[in-house]
Amino acid sequence: MNQKIRLAFVFASLIGLAACSSVKLDDQAGGAPIDNRGGAAGGGPGTGGSTGATAGGTGPRQVTQVDVAQKDALSDPGGVLSKRSIYFDFDQYTIRDEFKSVIEAHAKYLIANKGRKVILQGNADERGSREYNLALGQKRSEAVSKALQALGVAGTQLEAVSLGEEKPKSSGTDEASFAENRRADLVYQ
Amino acid sequence: MRKPVPFIEAAQRAPLSRDRRALLAAVTGSALAGALPRAAGAQMRIDVSGVGATQYPIAIAGFISEGKVPQDVADVLRADLTRSGAFRLIDPSVTLSDTATPDFADLKNRGADAVAGGSIARLADGRFDVRFRLHDVVRGTNLGGESFLAGEADLRYAAHRMADWIYEKLTGERGIFATRVLFVAKQGPRYRLNVADWDGENIVSPLTSTEPIMSPAWSPDGTRLAYVSFESRKPVVYVHMLANGQRKAVANFRGSNSAPAWSPDGRTLAVTLTREGLSQVFLINADGSGNPRRLTSSSGIDTEPAYSPDGRSLYFTSDRGGSPQIYRMPADGGDATRVTFGSPYNVSARPSPDGRSLAFITRREGRYLVAIKNLATGAEQLLSDAGREESPSFAPNGRWIMFATQSGGRDSLMAVTVDGRVKQRLSSNLGDIREPSWGPFTR
Repeated sequence: MNQKIRLAFVFASLIGLAACSSVKLDDQAGGAPIDNRGGAAGGGPGTGGSTGATAGGTGPRQVTQVDVAQKDALSDPGGVLSKRSIYFDFDQYTIRDEFKSVIEAHAKYLIANKGRKVILQGNADERGSREYNLALGQKRSEAVSKALQALGVAGTQLEAVSLGEEKPKSSGTDEASFAENRRADLVYQ
Repeated sequence: MRKPVPFIEAAQRAPLSRDRRALLAAVTGSALAGALPRAAGAQMRIDVSGVGATQYPIAIAGFISEGKVPQDVADVLRADLTRSGAFRLIDPSVTLSDTATPDFADLKNRGADAVAGGSIARLADGRFDVRFRLHDVVRGTNLGGESFLAGEADLRYAAHRMADWIYEKLTGERGIFATRVLFVAKQGPRYRLNVADWDGENIVSPLTSTEPIMSPAWSPDGTRLAYVSFESRKPVVYVHMLANGQRKAVANFRGSNSAPAWSPDGRTLAVTLTREGLSQVFLINADGSGNPRRLTSSSGIDTEPAYSPDGRSLYFTSDRGGSPQIYRMPADGGDATRVTFGSPYNVSARPSPDGRSLAFITRREGRYLVAIKNLATGAEQLLSDAGREESPSFAPNGRWIMFATQSGGRDSLMAVTVDGRVKQRLSSNLGDIREPSWGPFTR
C-alpha cells in the first residue's frame, strides 16, 4: 500500500518534471545537467545516486552520459529488491533462510547507493499488550537492521522503528493472519 | 474545557432560607434509574451487572425545581449511585427539597437507611442554584449537604459532585463520579483521543488523526495528557495541554518512542526508547527539556514503565528471564526484582493508588485476563473472563479497574470493582474504543 502510494508519487513527479522544462534537475540527477525527462531513465527523483550515468569531461564542456536501458534495480517489479517484507516465526527474531537472499540484495543495493535511506518497520500480531507488541515489532526491525549492517550497510542509512500491532496487514484473528503480521518491512525513503 | 463549578458552601452549612417548602407528599412518578441497561447519550452505552458485597439502601427523592430545568439532576445522581454497585435505590415516591424534614417513619417502612432531597432554581443570570441535603433515616439526623452554582452544561457535573459527596459520607471513601476517562477510539481510518465523563457522557476529542494513537496517560493533575502518536510514521511521545491544545513531541529520538508514564509529581516521564538498540526504559523531563537518562540495561525488552504512587519505584515489563514478566526497580535505576510468576506472560503493570496491589494482564491457557495481586501477601485474583483483555487502569479511589476488551467483534471498555463483584461495560456505536486511562480526582 505504502509502496503503491510512493510509486504513484514518483510517477506524478516525473510528469510534473516533463511538463515544466525549466525545473532544475541538479538535485535529482546527481548534478547531471541533461534533462532525462523521458521518465524511464535513472531512478527518478530521490535516488540521490547516479544510476546509469557516468561523467565525461569537466567544466562547462562536461557531458554526463545516461543509459536509459539501465534502470534503478529497486523499481524492477520482478526483481528480488521488490521483496520488501521479512517474515518471522512465532517468538523468533532470526532471519529465516528463505529471506537471506532478500536481505543480501537490499544490502548490496544500499552499499551501492549510499545516498539511499531505508526505514525498517517492525510489526506484531494483535495478541497481548500493545506496548509489549511494539517492543516485539522493534525486535524484528532491529534483527533486519543488524543483518543489513553485518553485510556492510552503514547504520546511518537505516532506522529501525516499530508499528507494533497498530497497522496490521491482515486483520483476521486466525494463525495465518497472525503470521502475516509478524513481519518487518523495508520502506525506502 | 469544563469550568469548575464554584463552591458556595462547605458541607455542614447553616439551614437554607431560600426555600422553606415542606416535604411534598405528592407522588411524582420519578422513576428510579434501575431499569438498566440504559443508553447513555449518543455515543456510549453502559451495561452494569452484579452488585456490591454490601449495598446501602438509599432513597433519592425528586428535586424541587423552579422554572424549566434542562437536566433531571436527581436522575443523574440515582444513575451514578446505582452504577457504583454500592447502593440499593429505594423509591420514596415523593419530591423532597433540601430544606424539608423527611417523613422518616415512611422511609423506614420502605427500607431506606438514608434519604436525599434537593432543589434547583434558575437564577437571573441563567445559571442554576443546585442544593441537596442528606439525612440518616435510621437516626433521624441531618447529615449535611452542599450547593452548587452551575451553568446548563455543568448540571450533570453538579449531579456527579453530589454523588461523590453522598458516596464519601456513607462509605468513607472518595467517590469517582466526577472523574473522567481518557481512551482511544478508532472509526474507519480515523483515530481519536477521547475524554468522557465516567458515565460515558460529554465526550470530547482533544486529538484526531489518520495515524494510530496509543498509550494515552493523564498527568497527575489532570491538565495534560501524554500519548504515542504515529503521525510522523513512527511512534513519538507527545505531551498535550488539554486547555489550549498545545502539544509537544517530548520523545522523538531515532527508533521508536513509547509507553509514557507520569511520575506522581508530574515533572518526569518514564518512557521506552530504542535509540540504543532494543526497547529500554529512560527518564525524560515532562516538558521535553534536557537529555534522556537510561534506567534499564538489559539485552532484551524492557518496557511499559509505571510509577508506584509514592514515586519511589517503577514497575515494568521485561523479557530478561525468557518470558515477559513484571519487575520492580528503584525509580532512579538499580537492581530489578521480579514481581510476577505463574504464567509465561504477565504484562502491563498498574499499581493501585494506595500502592498495595498491582493490576496486570496475565495469559492463562491462551486467554489474556485482568488480574490483581496483593503485593504484601502475593495472592492473585482474576477479574475478567472474556480473554482478550488489555490496558488495565485504576480509578483514583482504587475501587475500580477499567480495561479494554472485545465484545461482538468490537473493542470495548469494561470496568470491574477490585473485588470482582460489579462490572460495567462501556461500548460505543461509533467504532472501536480501547486503551482507557482513568483520570485523577477532580479538585
